[in-house]
Amino acid sequence: MTAVVPQGRRPKHITIGRIGIYVFLISAALFFLLPLWIMVVTSLKPMEEIRLGNILALPSMLTFDAWSKAWSSACTGLECNGISVGFWNSVRILIPSVILSIAAGAINGYALSLWRVRGANLMFGILLLGAFIPYQVFLYPLVRIFSMTGIYNSLLCIVIVHVIFGLPTMTLLFRNYYAGLPIELFKAARIDGGGFWTIFFRVMLPMSTPMIVVAAILQVTGIWNDFIFGLTFAGRENLPMTVQLNNIVHSTQGERAYNVDMAATMLAALVPLAVYFVSGRWFIRGIAAGAVKG
Amino acid sequence: MAIVSIPTAVASSARPLKSRRRVRMRLPAALALLPTALIVLVVYIGCMLWTVRLSFTSSTLLPKLDWVGFAQYSRLFMNDRFLVSAENILIFGTLFVSGCLILGFLLAVFIDQNVRAEGVLRTIFLYPYAMSFVVTGVAWQWFLNPGLGLQKLVRDMGFENFTFDWLVNQEMAIYTIVIAGLWHGAGLTMAILLAGLRGVDADLWKAARVDGIPTWRVYLSVVLPLLRPMVVTATVLLATGVVKLYDLVVAMTLGGPGIATEVPAKFVMDHLFERNNIALGTAAATIMLITVVVILAPWVYAKYVRPQGRPA
Repeated sequence: MTAVVPQGRRPKHITIGRIGIYVFLISAALFFLLPLWIMVVTSLKPMEEIRLGNILALPSMLTFDAWSKAWSSACTGLECNGISVGFWNSVRILIPSVILSIAAGAINGYALSLWRVRGANLMFGILLLGAFIPYQVFLYPLVRIFSMTGIYNSLLCIVIVHVIFGLPTMTLLFRNYYAGLPIELFKAARIDGGGFWTIFFRVMLPMSTPMIVVAAILQVTGIWNDFIFGLTFAGRENLPMTVQLNNIVHSTQGERAYNVDMAATMLAALVPLAVYFVSGRWFIRGIAAGAVKG
Repeated sequence: MAIVSIPTAVASSARPLKSRRRVRMRLPAALALLPTALIVLVVYIGCMLWTVRLSFTSSTLLPKLDWVGFAQYSRLFMNDRFLVSAENILIFGTLFVSGCLILGFLLAVFIDQNVRAEGVLRTIFLYPYAMSFVVTGVAWQWFLNPGLGLQKLVRDMGFENFTFDWLVNQEMAIYTIVIAGLWHGAGLTMAILLAGLRGVDADLWKAARVDGIPTWRVYLSVVLPLLRPMVVTATVLLATGVVKLYDLVVAMTLGGPGIATEVPAKFVMDHLFERNNIALGTAAATIMLITVVVILAPWVYAKYVRPQGRPA
């Protein structure tokens, strides 16, 4: 009987059902690829061709002018130094923010999962709840606090903000990871007389590589793509790439140079796209791990 | 909180030696958690309360600490811009969350049919999620602009009367934001649900086949209920994204045309940092806070707070 049933069905599946499946999947793929395709081809065309031609068409004459203009001479408001300024600002924001938030998450996760500190679970509960609260609720008082301490509108300020708002996810990631490790490992280290920091640096941290990779993927894309914190806390000198991109797109005087806009957009998307394509399955694992919070 | 745990170290000096030693061993752990505890107290609790307090004042450019009761809230609910924002976030939230769930589920189910090039398709569906909302907004704004984008494309193909001006149409502009949001978030939903589908017991499929139940029926009546935890996870994740909706609107429409695509997060930002109306801005922020807490508090409590600590 088991031999009969699939035999009766298979041809039907291969013909109509299978075709339907592929038609749906391919049209969905086209929908998802469309904006990327349009961005790439637009960024490679001169403006005359954009004005007259087909938005989907390949450039008849390939030119990288828009890319170099977007990188080094597009205007973001009054200054015309291109989006490269934003790129380097984003790098300067990204590196300390990622390192510090991962370190904070690992230490918190370790203390929360393996040590019993009174009130720690309450703290963690509030922190998690905080992850869901819209940032607008915290922004104004934070701005006041930072201006009072005199670090408002600085690199330090934006890094601190990224660490603060990375805490819930980072702590959760590492707490769950350490809680999933065999407890005997920790107990053995305790019996050997290991203290809090010894166990952390000698036993736990060396075992944390997978979680550190996942956390780094999450934080690199998250912080690179941030807009609202950069806008509010970084200050004019340190505006990240997303903010500069938005300025380029919205503050061009005269006719908009769509090819430059699209080249700038591609440049801003490059880092997270590279992370996505290089990390592959790790990226999905990162989202899934981050989704635990959801 | 460490504020709670530190007094225990002091109080325990009167207790027997054994417990005192244990407490001392835990002191480094408490100290390690201290910075986070301070951040929780000052930022997550302190700043939140400060915002709520400011919403009961008459602060404009600078914060004041007077008390005007609910005056700002009644002004808020008479404010056209805020009412439009609230309506927009409802429209966006409903369509975005349900759209992502439906599209994500369909993509996950179809991709689960042993198709060729599964990896490539998955990569294509999920890559938008890696991009920022600013990039998403700028890209879709370019594609949907009536002058040179989709409308011109279809007209050039011979359909002279084709009109697709949603982006600049007061009535329809919010739906272009939904489209861009769907493009950004549907892949994430697919990834979460696909992980769930892969966890479904293979015997279930054998049983369904033996009983001759059509595949679509199995998905709808058996598999979908099994995926409930994943659906909840995806929904919560998407819903938090809805409340935070800001960058996408700023990049795509700047709230326009007119005030047609204003959203609460943008209302707050504008009033705090541009319109110098701190009290009204914080009142709107408080409404956002209340909305989120009402939706999420029971869920977070059930999931994280009630099961205390790790099961030993």
